[in-house]
Amino acid sequence: MKCPEQIIEFMHEYLDEEIDTESEIILKKHLQDCKECEQLFYELKKTEALVQGFSKIRTPDDFTENVLSRLPKEKRKIGFQRWMRNHPILTAASLFFIMMVGSLFSTWNQDHEFSVSKRNNLIVQNNTVIVPKGKVVNGDIVVRNGKLKIEGEVKGDVTVINGQKYLASAGHVTGEIKEVNEVFDWLWYYMKKTVKDIFNVLKPDRSKENKPQQ
Amino acid sequence: MEASVRNLVKQVKKGDQNAFGEIVEIYKDSLYQVCYRILGNRQEAEDAAQEAFIRAYVNINSFNIELKFSTWIFRIATNLCIDRIRRKKPDFYLDAEVSGTQGLTMYSQIASEDPLTEARVESMELQDTIQKEILKLPEKYRIAIVLKYIEDLSLNEISEILDLPLGTVKTRIHRGRDLLRKQLQHV
Repeated sequence: MKCPEQIIEFMHEYLDEEIDTESEIILKKHLQDCKECEQLFYELKKTEALVQGFSKIRTPDDFTENVLSRLPKEKRKIGFQRWMRNHPILTAASLFFIMMVGSLFSTWNQDHEFSVSKRNNLIVQNNTVIVPKGKVVNGDIVVRNGKLKIEGEVKGDVTVINGQKYLASAGHVTGEIKEVNEVFDWLWYYMKKTVKDIFNVLKPDRSKENKPQQ
Repeated sequence: MEASVRNLVKQVKKGDQNAFGEIVEIYKDSLYQVCYRILGNRQEAEDAAQEAFIRAYVNINSFNIELKFSTWIFRIATNLCIDRIRRKKPDFYLDAEVSGTQGLTMYSQIASEDPLTEARVESMELQDTIQKEILKLPEKYRIAIVLKYIEDLSLNEISEILDLPLGTVKTRIHRGRDLLRKQLQHV
């Protein structure tokens, strides 16, 4: 029996899962009647199953390593960018630190104006601040870029930034005395002050409560 | 997965080799498998698959990000396989011999893991036979058959990989399937 060419075509379409219903019916019907074609169809399906039945062979363990080791050298910039991507917190922290230090230095450099905290009984003469004899100054004194002469009494802390202080024998300071002349001293002072400020902002009620007792 | 591969490709285009390592991890098994079934030799398959990845890396800027990366890498790999087949055509029978030896190495590897059962030996022998028959197919049929049955790719994808019209791919698969059927008739 000579089978139509079409039938073999249908078999392949069937195996490629591209056959339409009509052709499939024709194919199935023909296979029931024709032993030869049935055998052929069986062999094709067997072939397919055999090839699909290959077990996977294992890729060599060092495959990826070997590929990467044979690639042309990577640019340094990329390595740095990847490091930043992989360590976002460190990147943010170092960026913050750099900006912080930068702004502190620029503040230090700009800050050459003479200034002094306003307190009663303080006398200012040509960049020199005097606490007169026999007078009492209540509160802290901060002097920037100027001299401080203490002949009287200061009830509080004294800080001299980028300047000098003279404490006369009769002078008296109840709190701490600090002289800040180097950038790093100043930095330290600035950081402590910032932390103190933050602390005060965070606990405003408590500082108010404490005030009447002082 | 295509979206994440696309992101990796973008990083590779900027020169990031770690991103490329991730791409290699994703495709190495498929690529190695396909190369092995086309070439029938582990060492050759490894060389071809590695070469394909290296070429992909070097030419990453010519890769159109809108296309599927898998199509592109398979195209590079199959072209390299064709080159290798053509280069060593005179050694064809010698090559078949080599693939038999490869089968032996596979035995010994399995033997070290667990006792070799009779069924397993048979299946190893069978697979060896099938591999040899695939290697006898002319390269154009062999590659189409391997992509279809080893990688389970659609006819459309195969036509894109081989850069051939769909009709041609169908013909090759039909021809290849029929040749293989004749060769495997008595298995």
